[in-house]
Amino acid sequence: MAVCIAVIAKENYPLYIRSIPAEHELKFHYTVHTSLDVVDEKVSAMGKALVDQRELYLGLLYPTEDYKVYGYVTNSKVKFVMVVDSSNTALRDNEIRSMFRKLHNSYTDVMCNPFYNPGDRIHSRAFDNMVTSMMVQGC
Amino acid sequence: MADETLFQLLHTEVVAAAYGGGRGSGDEGQRNGLTVLEGMGFRVGQGLAERLPRGALVFKEELDTIKFLCRDLWGAVFRKQTDNLRTNHQGTYILQDNNFPFLTQMAWGQQYLEEAPKFLAFTCGLLRGTLSALGIESSVTASVASLPAWTK
Repeated sequence: MAVCIAVIAKENYPLYIRSIPAEHELKFHYTVHTSLDVVDEKVSAMGKALVDQRELYLGLLYPTEDYKVYGYVTNSKVKFVMVVDSSNTALRDNEIRSMFRKLHNSYTDVMCNPFYNPGDRIHSRAFDNMVTSMMVQGC
Repeated sequence: MADETLFQLLHTEVVAAAYGGGRGSGDEGQRNGLTVLEGMGFRVGQGLAERLPRGALVFKEELDTIKFLCRDLWGAVFRKQTDNLRTNHQGTYILQDNNFPFLTQMAWGQQYLEEAPKFLAFTCGLLRGTLSALGIESSVTASVASLPAWTK
């Protein structure tokens, strides 16, 4: 199951970051921060390749012994980073993709909320609930 | 469906509300009204930019983004596409719509020409918001040649 989920704005500051269990929070913050470099690398590599098909889902950013980090970029350059525990049965690529799709849909809903100012931290309860359900049971 | 009509009616009321209650009097009131409407359009544009594209947008250059606006954004908001797109290839683009939905209901001729900008402000903001969310800083202006004729 997802252990940490983060939403990073276009200017590379966090809009939303949540991790369980709470005692390793700092470690996950650091992991997400370092993964941003990999995200940028992938995005610029795709741009230069002049590929006709570009994907929002970036795939596995980098694995460590304890966990794997996956990335996803939206059209407005907002990044989603997900840290998944390696120890439990490896989640299939499809499942990760569908988790990111759910995240993207929830983020779009937050964006369309007139009471939300783009660039603020996300406080939406609906978004929180969706993230909780992803962390507890995956997809 | 009746979506377009509902949106047009809502837009008319929004314009009236931005200028109503004495707020619209005088030059400053007029400017405030336009700013408010444009700001509203900007915010809606940002939301639309997130929701509209189904999948990754591959834009090799700015022109592709503008074409996306002309086709998909106009299609989603007005259920039609813009009639003409011109560019000077140096950063200026002219989108031309011969049957702009918000203006087709007004009387033919020059009579209401001064009122037309109020009804275009929201759309200008919409374009600016969508472009900014997709990464392009822009300024959008609108001009009306003459109000459309409607023949029976």
